[in-house]
Amino acid sequence: MTRAGIHIRLRLLKALTFAACCLPLAKLAWDAFTGGLGANPIEAVLNRLGFWTLTLLTLSLAPTPAHDLLGLAWPVRVRRMLGLFTFAYATLHLCWYVGVDQFFDLHVLAKDVLKRKFMAVGFVAWLLLVPLAVTSTDRWVRRLGYARWKRLHRLVYAVAALGVVHFVWRVKADALRPYVFATILAALLGARAAARVRAEVSRAGAPRPRSSPDRTASGGMPRRPGWRRRGCRRRGPPRARARGSRRGAGRRAGPSGTPIRP
Amino acid sequence: GDPTGAALQVARKVDQAGGETPTPWDSVTGYNNFYELGTSKEDPSRNAGSLRARPWTVTIAGEVKRPQTLDVDALVRMFPPEERVYRMRCVEAWSMVIPWVGFPLADLVRRLEPTSRAKYVAFQTLLDRDQLPGQRRPVLPWPYVEALRIDEANHPLALLAVGLYGRVLPGQNGAPLRLVVPWKYGFKGAKSIVRITFLADRPHTTWNDAAPDEYGFYANVNPEVDHPRWSQARERRIGEFFRRKTLPFNGYAAEVAPLYAGLDLRKNY
Repeated sequence: MTRAGIHIRLRLLKALTFAACCLPLAKLAWDAFTGGLGANPIEAVLNRLGFWTLTLLTLSLAPTPAHDLLGLAWPVRVRRMLGLFTFAYATLHLCWYVGVDQFFDLHVLAKDVLKRKFMAVGFVAWLLLVPLAVTSTDRWVRRLGYARWKRLHRLVYAVAALGVVHFVWRVKADALRPYVFATILAALLGARAAARVRAEVSRAGAPRPRSSPDRTASGGMPRRPGWRRRGCRRRGPPRARARGSRRGAGRRAGPSGTPIRP
Repeated sequence: GDPTGAALQVARKVDQAGGETPTPWDSVTGYNNFYELGTSKEDPSRNAGSLRARPWTVTIAGEVKRPQTLDVDALVRMFPPEERVYRMRCVEAWSMVIPWVGFPLADLVRRLEPTSRAKYVAFQTLLDRDQLPGQRRPVLPWPYVEALRIDEANHPLALLAVGLYGRVLPGQNGAPLRLVVPWKYGFKGAKSIVRITFLADRPHTTWNDAAPDEYGFYANVNPEVDHPRWSQARERRIGEFFRRKTLPFNGYAAEVAPLYAGLDLRKNY
């Protein structure tokens, strides 16, 4: 594929993802104007925003295992957008609760955060998303150094756990939906663990010199153009590595210059 | 046939919601907590078709002089229903104004002649996985049971409802017969009742068993006692934007507060 073709494909992928992430909001707006939000629209909006926050958070954790286990590279390219949309929905969810549902009732809100663990957990989850959203830019990756940046962004696991707990504690008796989220998240984390174990095993089976990975060469910030094909994997199995470099050959001189972070 | 939605003869109309406009029919019948028909608010109206509300009998048992099984239509003939407009406050901090059609529970209790040992009255919902498909999942310990103290059951505000808005009660609202206790949180109002039992001892009740720290036996509406996860000080009247203050006993304190004289309402929530 030509350079221009890749550029267009990436633009298209991002545009589609952006549009897909806006769909729940569009549906909300549509339902709001057509009476589709039911008898308690304020509650319906709050619940939907919370649902989509967790859904997008879950989706944003999928690209790494999708790459490691399925060899899919493209999800990694929209992960930052998924993460930022997660933050956007979480912020809307919080603002809706504070400004519309409780109408800035400071007495209730203070009590919520201080006395109700279900609310406190949700609020802390949102707070932890703030530094992740702030440091989502390329500039921040460079400023922190890749290793530190990555460590910081592991906070997302804590956010995911808190988000699910927030949901479990919210429901009265039927915790099916929060447990579905918990199961999917556990599966995604399990997939990461599995990929890591597989990498360890394959490395033990066929030791290779450490010089070939591109990770630590330049102060934690990989610069080699081909690295992004392997972005998600520290030490991939030979199969994926071979495929990565084969595909990478075509895209080596990617247009955006944006590193895709693992 | 199924009379759901048919017009009901109403002997008289009593407004006990301070002249407030009733919540629209669509909200009253489309936004329900009836976990036996599904746990979302819209599930009950969607799934109510599986509930066959006629023929229907109610078994009267326990500490009562005349244990018997009554047909629901016979009940309605015995106690000509009247319209009662009540506020309904859900434990989830939303509320409605509902024009129920029914008869005072006290009238039935008097007719049944409970023995002197009868201190509590329990109401049991139909247990039938086909008619109430939500019972296929153990969301709550089925069947649903709620109960009142006998003096609460004898209070003139306690109602057995068979209709709303002048029509036969729809399935999602607890057809054909449900309890309405307007000074208590909505979950006290057992729906689709098949059994009324008079008891010497306080029975186990469903929500109290499921989460005793969140749902007390009394469940009197009380803005002073928060649910562990949210405040009960305010409520959203369905259809309104701003929350309004929740009133003690849901605004029926003048009528019912004497029932609880000397009782610590913080402990007996």
